[in-house]
Amino acid sequence: MSFVWTLAEQHEGRLKAVSYELLGRARALADKLDTKLASLLIGDGVDARQLETLVHHGADEVYAIQDPRLAHFTCETYSNVLVHLIRTYRPSVILAAATSTGRTLMPHVAVRCHAGLTADCTELDIEPGSGHLLQTRPAIGGNILATIKTPDHRPQMATVRPKSSRPLPADPERAGRVIEVPLDEALVDARARHLGYRGDAVDFVNLEEADVVVAGGRGMKKAEHFALLERLAQALGGAVGATRDAVDRGWIGYPHQVGLSGKTISPRLYVGAGISGAIQHLAGIKTSETIVSINSDPDASLHQVADFAIVGDLFPVLQELQRRLDERRRSAGASAPRQEGRA
Amino acid sequence: MRIVVPIKQVPETSNVKMDPVTGTMIRAGVGTVVNPLDLFAIETAVRLKEAHGGHVTTVTMGPRGAEKALREAIAMGCDDGVLISDRAFAGSDSWSTSYTLAQAIRTLGDFDLIVAGERATDGDTGQVGPGIAAWLDLPVATYVAAITRVDPGRGLTVERLVEEGYQVLELPLPALLTVVKEVAAPRLPTLRGKKRAKAAEIPLLTAAELDLEPAYLGLKGSPTKVVKVATPKVTRGGSMVRAPDEDAVADAVDALLAFLEERDLLPREVRA
Repeated sequence: MSFVWTLAEQHEGRLKAVSYELLGRARALADKLDTKLASLLIGDGVDARQLETLVHHGADEVYAIQDPRLAHFTCETYSNVLVHLIRTYRPSVILAAATSTGRTLMPHVAVRCHAGLTADCTELDIEPGSGHLLQTRPAIGGNILATIKTPDHRPQMATVRPKSSRPLPADPERAGRVIEVPLDEALVDARARHLGYRGDAVDFVNLEEADVVVAGGRGMKKAEHFALLERLAQALGGAVGATRDAVDRGWIGYPHQVGLSGKTISPRLYVGAGISGAIQHLAGIKTSETIVSINSDPDASLHQVADFAIVGDLFPVLQELQRRLDERRRSAGASAPRQEGRA
Repeated sequence: MRIVVPIKQVPETSNVKMDPVTGTMIRAGVGTVVNPLDLFAIETAVRLKEAHGGHVTTVTMGPRGAEKALREAIAMGCDDGVLISDRAFAGSDSWSTSYTLAQAIRTLGDFDLIVAGERATDGDTGQVGPGIAAWLDLPVATYVAAITRVDPGRGLTVERLVEEGYQVLELPLPALLTVVKEVAAPRLPTLRGKKRAKAAEIPLLTAAELDLEPAYLGLKGSPTKVVKVATPKVTRGGSMVRAPDEDAVADAVDALLAFLEERDLLPREVRA
């Protein structure tokens, strides 16, 4: 069995993108340790073709533990399955996504295995000589970066945020093994029961996994103006976020809230409109790859951390930006068949 | 219902200052507060007590001064507070902290429910809640945004805020929940609550009063070790353009689009 593991995630039989991102990070670690890399999937309904794509993105082995009782995350049963595999195969490193699943499962398993766990790592490396995993994470609202290791306990466990790294390009020629592992009945804990998803949340905003997040703050002035951000997000292929202030004013729902008391995101592009940049909000966006700020206040804190800042009234700027994007889309549509997504 | 709410005292994040030389946090002169996310847990517990009867005990592990956090929780409606404090606990990581808290909660006697904040704003790991559940072998629901059904002494139905929506989960009691902001808006302490908090006896539990494995405690007992602390660069050295009038807006948007293009951040259909 391999010594570096990643935990793939699925929803309704489809692998989540973060599964491949984890493999990109873990491949580098496995190469440095000169060991094999395995991806574990605990879930249900993921077909053989999809499991193969984990090999294409860097896994040497894929262990799929699939059963209808694993279709939806419940901590106890998932934890039993993972603890059982760890005790059987003794991996050295396990990486998981800092999702609602990973951030619940990993601490539970770490306690049971007496393992060290570091949350939300932004950098992972191998210490020369010792071979220990070096885990770097932001702490105290992103004000410091702490590097952490687990010298005396195995496995060394870490979570990383979705979108914080890119997957390796798929190589369909890559060789690897896919192993289906049946669920051992004894590992099923029936105490917590998944009853479904709330019906009104069909088009739910998956902020954590969005490539682009367009967020609004107090400067948006009223709820209706968030429609501007919806349109811009759509044009940029992203989702809408908001500050605590905007959520508390009832302009948009809590699932959109970004920051200390909301979600922490690492999109490729974050656009903040009318956001002053309170430290609590910045803590939730600091690891974004590119930050754009639009605000009439030249002293707004968000401007200070932005890669590109526009000092000006946000409404004419948003309107002009939207007009230009719509224009481009129309001319692209006129000259060539419309293409979905990005290259 | 007998409810336990573990809380943490944290520095007021709005006032955090970093020492530019050492790269560490300047603690002197920084106030402390109850971890803002724990207020949602306190409120949840107090509302459950108000609706179904029972008793809410808040516990915290920290320095002696963390007693202040317990009094704030009592002022918001918790019935009593217990301080878990000992030099032996200093430097605990989330593994060690969850162990010590779990052992302390065991000594408090039977309970139906533990309600915790989703994470603390200083450590920001979110690992202690699920960790306590693992130590005590309790079913756990994290990211709870609503409690939709309560059958006192038997079970709960909750809605978890997850990436795809709200997962509806049914749990038997005893159980552990970690909650997010949406679950309940915290109340302000009343004058009566403050008076009660001021007068409250806060029992102290030290390592000697608890059944603890010494090798699991504090810095030494923590599997993870901090080997380096650095201060990340605060600014990204980005460009700033001003757009005071219509022409300038057009130029600014031009510049922004060129910038996004250069960084390959535009979907194909809106590239120039």
